[in-house]
Amino acid sequence: MPSPIALTSPPRQESIFKKKRSPSYLAAMRSAQSYLIALSEADARARVRDSASTTSTTVLSLSSSPTTSSEDTVLNDTPYDNSDGLAYPITPPTSEQVVSADHLQFGFCANERYRYTSAHKAGTKFKDAHEQDPPYYILLTTYLGYLFLICVGHLRDFFGKRFHPTFYRHLLPFDGYAPLNSDFDSFYTRRLKARIDDCFSAPVTGVPGRTIMLLDRESKDYNNTFSLTGTTTRGLNISSYNYLGFAQAQGGCADAVEEGLRRFGISTCGARLEGGTSELHVTAEALVARFVGHEDALISSMGFATNSTIIPALVSKGCLLISDELNHASIRYGARLSSANVRMFKHNNMESLESLLREVISQGQPKTHRPWKKILLVVEGLYSMEGTLVNLPGIMELKKKYKFYLFVDEAHSIGAIGPNGRGVADYFGVNPRSIDILMGTFTKSFGAAGGYVAGSKALISRLRLRGHGSVHPSQLPTWMDLPPSLRDGSEGRMRLQRLAFNARYLSRGLAKLGFITYGHTDSPIVPLLIFNTGKMCVFHRMMRARKTPIVVVVVAYPATPLVLSRVRFCVSAAHTKDDIDTVLGACDEIGDVLDLKHLPGERWPLERIMDNATELVNMED
Amino acid sequence: MSMTTTIDSSASAIEPLFTFLSYALIQAELAFFKIPGSHVVARYIKSSHQNDPGRTVLEILLALFAIRTLLQSRTRADNGEKHFIQFSKKEIDELVDEWTPEPLGAPLTAEEETDLASIPVVSGPNGPRPKLANTGKQVLNLASYNFTGLAGNETIKQRATETLRKYGVGSCGPPGFYGTIDLHMDLERDIADFLGAEAAILYSQAFSTVPSVISAFAKRGDIIVADRGVNFAIQKGLQISRSTIRWFDHNDLKSLEEVIQGVEKDRRKRRGPVTRRFIITEGIFEKDGTIVDLPKLIELKHKYKYRLILDESISFGTVGRTGRGLTELYNVPATQIDLLLGSVANGLNSSGGFCAGSRVAIDHQRINGTSFVFSAAVPALLAVSASEGINILRNTPSILSTLQENIRAIRTVLDRVDYITISSHPVSPIIHIFVHSPSTTSAHTQHMLSNAPAKPSNPASPVPRDALSFDIVGEERVLQDIVDEALAQGVWITRARRLRGQEVVEARPCIRLAVTTALSRKECERAAGIIKAAAVKVLAKRK
Repeated sequence: MPSPIALTSPPRQESIFKKKRSPSYLAAMRSAQSYLIALSEADARARVRDSASTTSTTVLSLSSSPTTSSEDTVLNDTPYDNSDGLAYPITPPTSEQVVSADHLQFGFCANERYRYTSAHKAGTKFKDAHEQDPPYYILLTTYLGYLFLICVGHLRDFFGKRFHPTFYRHLLPFDGYAPLNSDFDSFYTRRLKARIDDCFSAPVTGVPGRTIMLLDRESKDYNNTFSLTGTTTRGLNISSYNYLGFAQAQGGCADAVEEGLRRFGISTCGARLEGGTSELHVTAEALVARFVGHEDALISSMGFATNSTIIPALVSKGCLLISDELNHASIRYGARLSSANVRMFKHNNMESLESLLREVISQGQPKTHRPWKKILLVVEGLYSMEGTLVNLPGIMELKKKYKFYLFVDEAHSIGAIGPNGRGVADYFGVNPRSIDILMGTFTKSFGAAGGYVAGSKALISRLRLRGHGSVHPSQLPTWMDLPPSLRDGSEGRMRLQRLAFNARYLSRGLAKLGFITYGHTDSPIVPLLIFNTGKMCVFHRMMRARKTPIVVVVVAYPATPLVLSRVRFCVSAAHTKDDIDTVLGACDEIGDVLDLKHLPGERWPLERIMDNATELVNMED
Repeated sequence: MSMTTTIDSSASAIEPLFTFLSYALIQAELAFFKIPGSHVVARYIKSSHQNDPGRTVLEILLALFAIRTLLQSRTRADNGEKHFIQFSKKEIDELVDEWTPEPLGAPLTAEEETDLASIPVVSGPNGPRPKLANTGKQVLNLASYNFTGLAGNETIKQRATETLRKYGVGSCGPPGFYGTIDLHMDLERDIADFLGAEAAILYSQAFSTVPSVISAFAKRGDIIVADRGVNFAIQKGLQISRSTIRWFDHNDLKSLEEVIQGVEKDRRKRRGPVTRRFIITEGIFEKDGTIVDLPKLIELKHKYKYRLILDESISFGTVGRTGRGLTELYNVPATQIDLLLGSVANGLNSSGGFCAGSRVAIDHQRINGTSFVFSAAVPALLAVSASEGINILRNTPSILSTLQENIRAIRTVLDRVDYITISSHPVSPIIHIFVHSPSTTSAHTQHMLSNAPAKPSNPASPVPRDALSFDIVGEERVLQDIVDEALAQGVWITRARRLRGQEVVEARPCIRLAVTTALSRKECERAAGIIKAAAVKVLAKRK
């Protein structure tokens, strides 16, 4: 069977805009050999350039003509040596295999064994994700750590206000103005978060694909301000929401977008109901509806805003919104704007949900006891901090009995979960039409921007008139990326299977190394629990300082409970098995140094995990 | 200890139990005194009790209350309430069976169906002369927000394509987690430089910017004084901030001053602390195209020590010599405005919103701006388009002067038409056309003519005292007739769309023209002539 990315049977999709010419770099690189020749040439050029001048700004400069020749697009703009081991595949392509994507953006992995199809086994019971508690001394030291930091922070505030009053001016009443931000409210930010600010908001450049280019920065005033040093670091990117690896500057998607830009311009100039509806919107909406399996869809220009503007259009006073306690900020925001009553249930806990439902339906509205106009249950398909999948089969059962409406936010699960990538409904084998509202974004799996809601024809039409976004001029850019996975199976399936393999491999590998991870193994989000905040930033810095730098996201309070600081890995189809090995190896080393391995149960040494990857992935739960 | 005496007397009848109890108590006491520091506690309780027995009871109650509060689950709130009714399992099952919810979304009425179907769809690129998919005809576009004519600009397209080939499409993450691209930082700097502000922050959608900025600063207990005619985004911001809202009459700074004085009097009376106080208003009002008197507003803000949040979504990129907005129009430094909000979508034909202000205020939003923190960043190629747009505006003042000429050309024609009223300021690029309706004409004109209403409105309510009454459905229908008539003649205009039933005060229906610099003066005159003819034709028939 030929490799799915071999050019002998090109997996390239037809662009939806009938393209007159195919990208020339593909034509120019018919075989692996030409790719390797190009590689060595580029390498030679880079060496010459490096010796000629020390300032290499080539990385930032824009190549004037993007598709002139193969070398220019794929290789010329990245004059790196391979000292970080990221530039070239560790398992090189053989002569029949052809690399169609830049390895830095989308990793080369031709081994058909490193594929997996994620699906919930029909008839099996939904398993709650196991959340292992750490040893008590870890919890104790974590609390003590916070206590210490808080004491030191208050001491610094006490003396600081007396010796450097100018630094505190914006926190104190001044000239008859109340402070813009109170001293107390900002304490956590100033005294705790500021210490580890170098782990957040790092500026980047280029494509956030398999690897990412960080702009190095330094702070001379204890993280108060940062200045760019002008140098860059390329790291293995296991942080971006790029599940299907569509964050690419080449390939079918980028070509479609370029064509879209050329033909439709940047903006559609106006609100959807006024002067900003383009035929592209209509096409994209039909496509989304077909993909998620619903009657109609409505797209909007921002994922956050999709929730915050659609929820108020669905429920109002006299309605009840039931929300999972770990729902995303945008859902809470929308719920607050809707002026409906809001109740929460324990995360993914069906007993808690059922008892809540029995209570609210029998009691009716508070005080008046009138029956609720409607009850809307809002859950996420995949929880972005926990990596847990929603218990959809359980909810569908409750839905039949309690007649609530169901809103599933698939921001993270669409494109990332299920044998066909169509989200949690696909994964659990639930008919998507039995879910009232399916919401999702294009940012995560599809590497674009914006969000959508899909539902019945009548409902979507109502939302078109009632949704806040419909009348406010927030133009949706016309170049709406239409992911090829929506149109054609072959390449999309390969990406899905790679993603599913990587996700299972990483989460199981970490568990076998002895790390405490949360969530389901099919989730592309793998949170690794660190607990101590102090260790969290050290972990971040150590990962970045490795020979092959690894870029990770660390999360702490207030995004997580106080003691559950974590690293959040976002696996992508762009990663290769070798990349996951690199991550596992790095975690293994750092985990020993920082004492992070607290999971009871059988442990495997790193080599055994790496050698038995497929076995590990295919293991039953 | 002190309790033992009472227990003794009551339990003396039952001998074995008494022995056991006293034994247990002694054991408990011994165990208690083994705990380090327990003697101090015991001494405290003893002395406290001797001094004041009532206090012991109170303290025990307090301790019990604290334990109860700690044990109470946070998600189960209602059970303890007096309104809670106990039901048996069977009763609940019956209630569940009986309950029938309303449909999630009410089906559209026939009128709404036609309304939705009548929205023109652009075929191909949008611009000054787009082709509509419904009719296949080319039209003159006075409906889309393309004030500066940057839609379809070749330089911008070129730069966007180059960026696409360098950065891909999406940013794939929120700004905190590797979503901050160097191009975002460039655009933020460009906006700040362009306006002359200290710093700026880029949000990924204009509509979400406003509520997010307001709620990042204004909290419960703070005071916001807002204009009665603010747009929907600001209304949502006010709602989500949970601050105390006071309203002043639309674009009436005298009323603003009165409301501020009232607030101050109120605070003095209550002897309340100084809280954060904000004035929130728009540069060019999205609802009627009027312009706020910025110098006077700034004077008031300084006088009463309020912070000013100014929404320049419409005015940024459309007024002033080079499109810097109201600050350029009135020649006021942007640093005078505490938080200046604007849209990257309207004036620069890209996507997103921004807030400019002092460095402290901007950095605060990077952690507290909800829709900044929790949303993916703007795609790189849009950020570049906006930067390039600013560059073009900076270097081509003729864009703005042409826009003003076009506005004047259209106004010259429309200002003299009977039956309609135009509320917009003469320099406003959005022109609002209202119809006189027989019932409200007198009241409306009176309102427009008389500068000071007899009695001030109630500042706590968004509804003004002399609120106009108008027939929404009827006026919308008439306006739609004008829109259809104009479209048949090749001019695309639109009614201003409102979310009926969701705004704090219903806005009067109107037609909203968006003038663009990309049409020639001749075309503008022709379009205005067609609109005039359509209005006369439809409205004369109604009379």
